[in-house]
Amino acid sequence: MRRSFGWFVLFALACAVRAQDAAPVPDTLQQRIAACTSCHGPHGEGGENGFNPRLAGKPAGYLVRQLQAFQKGLRHYEVMEYMVAPLDDVYLHEIADYFASQDVSYAMHPVPPMPPTATARGEQLVTKGDPAKGVPACMACHGPNLTGVQPDIPGLVGLPYDYISAQLGSWRTNTRSTTAPDCMATVVSRLTDADISAVAGWLAARPVPDGAHPEPAGSVKPPLRCGVLGDGT
Amino acid sequence: MSRLRLVIAFLFLAPCGSALARDPLTEGQYLTTAGDCASCHTARNGKPMAGGRVVPTPFGAIPSPNLTPDAETGLGTWTADDFYKALHEGISHDGTSLYPAFPFTSYTKVTRADSDAMFAYLKSLPAVRNPATPNTLRWPYRMRSLMASWRLMYFDEGEYQPDPKQSKAWNRGAYLVQGLGHCNECHANRNSFGAMATEPFLAGGLVPVQNWYAPDLSMGRDGGLAGWSEADVVALLKTGRSAKGTALGPMAEVVVKSTQHLTDDDLAAIAVYLKSLPPRPPVTQRGNAVDAATVAQAGQKVYAQHCAACHATDGRGKGAAYPALDANASVTEPTGINAIRTVLSGGFAPATAGNPRPYSMPPFSQVLSDEDAAAVVTYIRHAWSNRASSVSPADVRAYRSIPGAN
Repeated sequence: MRRSFGWFVLFALACAVRAQDAAPVPDTLQQRIAACTSCHGPHGEGGENGFNPRLAGKPAGYLVRQLQAFQKGLRHYEVMEYMVAPLDDVYLHEIADYFASQDVSYAMHPVPPMPPTATARGEQLVTKGDPAKGVPACMACHGPNLTGVQPDIPGLVGLPYDYISAQLGSWRTNTRSTTAPDCMATVVSRLTDADISAVAGWLAARPVPDGAHPEPAGSVKPPLRCGVLGDGT
Repeated sequence: MSRLRLVIAFLFLAPCGSALARDPLTEGQYLTTAGDCASCHTARNGKPMAGGRVVPTPFGAIPSPNLTPDAETGLGTWTADDFYKALHEGISHDGTSLYPAFPFTSYTKVTRADSDAMFAYLKSLPAVRNPATPNTLRWPYRMRSLMASWRLMYFDEGEYQPDPKQSKAWNRGAYLVQGLGHCNECHANRNSFGAMATEPFLAGGLVPVQNWYAPDLSMGRDGGLAGWSEADVVALLKTGRSAKGTALGPMAEVVVKSTQHLTDDDLAAIAVYLKSLPPRPPVTQRGNAVDAATVAQAGQKVYAQHCAACHATDGRGKGAAYPALDANASVTEPTGINAIRTVLSGGFAPATAGNPRPYSMPPFSQVLSDEDAAAVVTYIRHAWSNRASSVSPADVRAYRSIPGAN
């Protein structure tokens, strides 16, 4: 009995291997972009390590601009720069559209413990800004629900603390930039390290209801001139 | 009437030229593409041909100059003679010796007519002001006077001389491969003075600084492309992939920017020429680690778990989507670098007109330990018909921090 079971297992294994070898490769975009989904999730839910951001539901214009920024060296992360280097604009648009159209629940990420003063400062910067320092509220551009605005402004919710603070930090160290005038570079230049941590912590801790979507195009009027919004000189 | 005469003259002359019925500017653009000039002379976020991309060399970084017709910072004051002298002799407009990061060692084969066509095309581009930035060559390499002796030792000047015993296609292929294509600049080892080996020709080499191995291109016995057909060569150059392997790293860029735009006739000619490269002596591999067989066994488990779904248990890949690893030149090249880096970084096959929506491979750098990555690379280099040397966890560690070719 045990012996026949062993044979059965062997047979099953052999079948599994054969099936694996014989299975045709799905002709789907999701299959083609396995390199993207292995880190960002099959639907762009975001990775678990704190640095691979959620892509699902972000505006397509924003996503394509980021992919192009990795190609042009405006954003620096070697894995991503290598990944997008041999791709063209048509394919990048298709990939961006795929992630933009995904509608999956937001995951919560662990947030480092923050003193109440930092939480209050984070909330102030996100919701009201700091007019004395010339810092507009995050909500002024990224939408009242921080879910972004079509087609070019990303949502800030559902992102891990590490990712948000790393991005704000990279504007400061000139490893992330965008079309001039780079309004995010201006904003970040007016923040302290403690501000960056407070904003990242408050944003990462904010729960997001299902069905949260980017606001419609033209629904916000940015207080700064931003090249990415076609507001160049 | 004079127009009719012109047409008649053209009809008679056209078959003599290297490329038929293309106007001079289109011909110049085509040749510039065949020479892949833009790869070095267009910066990542820069204007076409305006220079500024930094070419890394073991001796320091050399920024590429501006090839647009700007009078002050580009080729504005150059003549066709100056341009030919730079291509043919490696001597600049101002009489200084150019460094061989600019492959005049290959471009010397380019004919005067082709040089003139390329120059006319470059002169037709919009002028962009983009002053040169200084190179960062270390002493003593920054002394240009050293180039005089380097040239004596390593530079054979001379246009391509057709071989009357060979076919027209072979000669066209040899002209493109040895000259504008400058294939041997990567597909050969370089000595400690940065000179490429020319004997044997196209026998493979490590691309300095970028750390990718450009495989041997012989299709003969024991060659890097043994078992490839001419159609496989054409497919790889035209679409970025073939039944035998996929272009990756620096070659993916060559395919995207240069070879996919070549005519079918020129690609076929290149394949005819490569087919004639001589067989190679049997490869003498680096010694295997003592426990290579155990390592390969561990690697087989990693392969079954992470790789077999796409590359198949028998290593034959999955049709047009995923390349075969059995007899794949980038798997079996002498160093193991290409396989290690591909396991760590994954990546897309290049997007080309012939393969516009390429499949991709996930990066495994965050999934596999140095030991597991070394084991699986050792396994695929030993499995099936592959007989390449093992790699160690230390080899993997060395390439963890350099995923890209930039």
